[in-house]
Amino acid sequence: MRKLYTKKLSKKDQLKDLEARKETVQFLLNYSKALRVVKCRGFTFDAILN
Amino acid sequence: MNNVEITDAVLVREYMQGNETALSKLINRHHHRIYSFIFSKVFDRDVAEDIFQDTFIKVINTLKRGKYNEEGKFLPWVMRIAHNLVIDHFRRNKRMPKFDNSGDFNIFSVLSDSDLNVETQIIKDQIENDVKELIKELPEDQLEVLTMRIYKDMSFKEISERTGVSINTALGRMRYALINLRKIIEKHKLVLTN
Repeated sequence: MRKLYTKKLSKKDQLKDLEARKETVQFLLNYSKALRVVKCRGFTFDAILN
Repeated sequence: MNNVEITDAVLVREYMQGNETALSKLINRHHHRIYSFIFSKVFDRDVAEDIFQDTFIKVINTLKRGKYNEEGKFLPWVMRIAHNLVIDHFRRNKRMPKFDNSGDFNIFSVLSDSDLNVETQIIKDQIENDVKELIKELPEDQLEVLTMRIYKDMSFKEISERTGVSINTALGRMRYALINLRKIIEKHKLVLTN
């Protein structure tokens, strides 16, 4: 069987063009929109509204 | 005038007042830097993604609860949260080591034989015998401290009590014993590695 040769990127190359996935950013924005913090009689309640 | 960039402080204030687009702007402005920082520590895309997400969940929770004190330092604050989460990740991983599945599968990455094989055991024995012979060339007081510390596993406090010298003297003798041992090894041109 033939061997598979893959080129490993150096740490410097790996750090180039790094950014979080769009899905992650979208999830955070949706989470933020859904999160409601309600303050009632000195208590703080979190609620996720879907 | 529209080209003037809105500061982080203004965006944070707007977000705390309910403007969701302000958060989007903040994330877009800083996500590259924060994500790169996390990745430069963990070197794993998925882990970096998780930590990035947890970082911003903390940011969102703090801002929504109105607990954020604006001091004009939004980015350093977020970086600090990310940094703490990276530390948490490594602490967790230390307790539960992760199986590294990068590249070809290697059964020895999950199974390992901690026992030495015959060859390395023989080499280890030879080295230990050589060292036992070499330390005999050390001055008596240094040999005494070294033997008690290395072979009898005594603490320096115990050594100082047994030999009747101060702890500092015992430490000094140990230090000189090691220095002299290195000199003896060099003199004999020995290579004591396996």
